[in-house]
Amino acid sequence: MSAGVKSLLRGIAMPFLLLIVWEATCRAGLVSPIMLPSPSAIVVKWVEWLRSGELLLDVLGSLGRVTGGFLLGAGLALPLGLFMGSSPRIYEYFNPIVQVLRPIPPIAWIPMSILWFGLGNPPAIFLISLGAFFPVLMNTIAGVQNVDGIYLRAARNLGAGRSTMFRRVILPAATPYILAGIRIGIGTAFIVVIVSEMIAVNNGLGYRILEAREFMWSDKIIAGMITIGLLGLAIDQVMNALNNHLLRWHRGMES
Amino acid sequence: MDYISISNLSKTFQGRDRSVPALQDINLSLSRGEFVCLLGPSGCGKSTLLNSIAGFIQPSSGEIMVDGKPVREPGPERGVVFQEYAIFPWMTVARNIAFGLEIKGTPANEIRDRVDTLLDTLGLKEFRDRFPKDLSGGMRQRVAIARLLAIDSPVMLMDEPFGALDALTRRTLQDELLRIWLESGKTILFVTHSIEESLYLANRIVVMTYRPGTIKRNQIVTMPHPRDPSGAEFNELKRDLGQLVMKEQERHTSDEMKAL
Repeated sequence: MSAGVKSLLRGIAMPFLLLIVWEATCRAGLVSPIMLPSPSAIVVKWVEWLRSGELLLDVLGSLGRVTGGFLLGAGLALPLGLFMGSSPRIYEYFNPIVQVLRPIPPIAWIPMSILWFGLGNPPAIFLISLGAFFPVLMNTIAGVQNVDGIYLRAARNLGAGRSTMFRRVILPAATPYILAGIRIGIGTAFIVVIVSEMIAVNNGLGYRILEAREFMWSDKIIAGMITIGLLGLAIDQVMNALNNHLLRWHRGMES
Repeated sequence: MDYISISNLSKTFQGRDRSVPALQDINLSLSRGEFVCLLGPSGCGKSTLLNSIAGFIQPSSGEIMVDGKPVREPGPERGVVFQEYAIFPWMTVARNIAFGLEIKGTPANEIRDRVDTLLDTLGLKEFRDRFPKDLSGGMRQRVAIARLLAIDSPVMLMDEPFGALDALTRRTLQDELLRIWLESGKTILFVTHSIEESLYLANRIVVMTYRPGTIKRNQIVTMPHPRDPSGAEFNELKRDLGQLVMKEQERHTSDEMKAL
């Protein structure tokens, strides 16, 4: 057997064992199905949810909010970060505000965001963009500040003006930092979307699992949790692929 | 008229509690097409002088004129080859070479032809679409040289460009540089602390003193290229310059001891 197959089998063994124990415990009637539904019940519920078409709408709803909020937050953070990183003066203007606002978790903004934007998508998008904004901003600033001076000198020597310097030297040189920030930002956005759906809107995965709790549909709650996990994994994989493509020049990608 | 003329140039670096006089009253002229080596121990200000001509450092006093114009800022007519290569790791070899031409707004097909020619001249053809991380130090420095040849800088300022290379690669690149210089007639100012390297390459060797940097000797080298590092004249000059440089090196060492 090849090493790859062996490693795969080892990876499957534990979850498989866990599922068997879990299923057996439930079938033996050791726990109430409300406290812990069996894996098979969860699968049945998940398929039912999928067939009704509701699952797809919920996934698209959550994904749409993450995308919208992230693009808004990161889209504002990136230019601000580039300016703050490259101009000490702009940095001095903005840094105190950033330092005070950054430690406030996006969740703490929920009451104000509902007062400002009411219910529905606007407060959700606001909260998600807030969650994505700071990680992207902080990493962009650090990325620009850490651009090796030798590249700036080389580019000036070759006659690069301000705009060329930004687009073709500072931005690509800072990309490893920026992508790391984007990754953290998407992670935060994903946490915030679930929370904001629990309070402000009436579809999406976060809304659905809270709704299921009111009916004591534990199987649907867990099916929803697993869907959230798989969606997060998928987003991470896409980010990974993007990372590898954009940083194919980078030393760290050699291995 | 002199192509590059440096008059009464001084540079003092202001530290927090003391100021370091890096260059003092430098007067130096280069004619068009000359290959001049700046030779001296570390700390003699030879890189400071080169960076002043490049426009990266503002002198404390004095003036630098290149082709009749005073130097105020960096510019492509004074191309720099850095010891650390400084080619852009996020661009392929071809894009690195094309960069200066793209800034100038050269038409795309002209850039392609020019890049292809340079890849050929510098033996970089099979590295065309590679990123710098896949290249050895010697190959990276070839890209850096090609990048300047692309924009056809009439002046090449080279700051210990081969310092980090192994002896064989260094010799190969020295020979290539000589070939390029003889073919193109560029004016080259080359900083090194290797007496042998300066003797192998230059028309003229400017020996600098240790802190503050002043010019100790202007040594014309008339031996024709290619030079034989085992020849009698080569070694006589080597011994002679060696004594000069060693004296400065000793002052550098005793300064370092004092600092401890």
